[in-house]
Amino acid sequence: MKPPKFEYHAPKSLEEALEALGRYGGDAKVLAGGQSLMPLLNFRLARPTALVDLNRIGSLAYIREHNGQIRFGAMTRQRTIEFSPVVAQRLPLLKEATHWVGHLPIRTRGTIGGSIAHADPSAEYPAVLAALEGEVVARGARGERVIRAGDLFQTYLTTSLAPDEILTEVRLPVMPAGAGYALEEFARRHGDFAIIGIAAVVVREGPRCTMARLATAGAGPVPVRLRAAEQILEREGLGEAAIEAAARRATELVTPDADIHASADYRRHLTGVLTKRALTRAIGVARG
Amino acid sequence: MVTVRLNVNGVAHEGRCEPRKLLADFIREDLGLTGTHVGCEHGICGACTIMFNGEAARSCIMLAVQADGAELMTVEGLMRDGKLHPLQEAFREHHALQCGFCTPGMLITALDLLRTNPSPNDREIREGISAVLCRCTGYQGIVNAVRAAAPILVAGR
Repeated sequence: MKPPKFEYHAPKSLEEALEALGRYGGDAKVLAGGQSLMPLLNFRLARPTALVDLNRIGSLAYIREHNGQIRFGAMTRQRTIEFSPVVAQRLPLLKEATHWVGHLPIRTRGTIGGSIAHADPSAEYPAVLAALEGEVVARGARGERVIRAGDLFQTYLTTSLAPDEILTEVRLPVMPAGAGYALEEFARRHGDFAIIGIAAVVVREGPRCTMARLATAGAGPVPVRLRAAEQILEREGLGEAAIEAAARRATELVTPDADIHASADYRRHLTGVLTKRALTRAIGVARG
Repeated sequence: MVTVRLNVNGVAHEGRCEPRKLLADFIREDLGLTGTHVGCEHGICGACTIMFNGEAARSCIMLAVQADGAELMTVEGLMRDGKLHPLQEAFREHHALQCGFCTPGMLITALDLLRTNPSPNDREIREGISAVLCRCTGYQGIVNAVRAAAPILVAGR
């Protein structure tokens, strides 16, 4: 219940961090907010040779608006996002999702980059990244590259980031003005990991739906975009029958696993129930 | 070994420890401030919650070395001039503790809640204190205490 020994690096710049990371050839772990990695260390489920702690790199914490995107430095705390007026105005889905991430004392330390790089399939931020078609920036020894949400998550706790790369920035497109949104989640207690979560965004023009987005948390090894369910709404509008049909379709699009928290069938059922709830609430707050 | 210099409850401290030493253990063992309790050691139970630069955080999933240069407040820092903090008074008044193991974390968490949301409703109080597990009280006394303390903290600003 105490971390094993490790070599500790607390670089002051990203360049120093990359240099330290490169030295260990995959045997070092990057420490962001530590709200997932530290428990793994305490349990000794993770035994890295070294930790590269990003918490002293002040230049990795920022929220900027640029080219129709909100760009977050990877070390931006979830608590900062929760209380950010820019996020409330431009990315209300992210604000709502943040509220579901652990508890306030967890969000004090937890970061947006850490949550996404950790790639827990039941976490909220990966689902939001998928729903909003965001992207991340990775820096490595060979330079910088941009990875789209769909290309980032590979399986449980695994991304396409190379061992010598650091996720430095998260980019989310500004939500269209008047877009409806909701994040519905079921967990045994508030703050626990989601058994199922559904992020929904709808843009309406009168009875028509010009854009629908649905993404899951907890319904498989990676966040799942429910594209075929979105298409039902974009084709048939936002009436009750279309919502029902989209929710039904959603249950067919996921292949959840069973674990100690819930069976696969229960998760599939919840996917439909929460899709309906999320869409109903999102449509209720959509303007246009 | 690393050197850790930090300020706890307004007092400057310095210690040396291994980089892997948890902040909760440093506070208890190296600084002798045993009011901060260690329960689950993986960030779930909330007993070790402290104020880290003015914001509640779990000290069992932080390294002591990460607190170098930081300002902390632990439960020992709540009393002023020999008088209990209004939240502590309310906890006593409303029977918000039995065994007391979760209480340090509960107090710090409740204080952070009331600083970010000075007049929470009962649902918000329950959600706020869901960050800390209590095995004795059934939580109702804690909810009552936080509700009672809220206007006193607002008036005392």
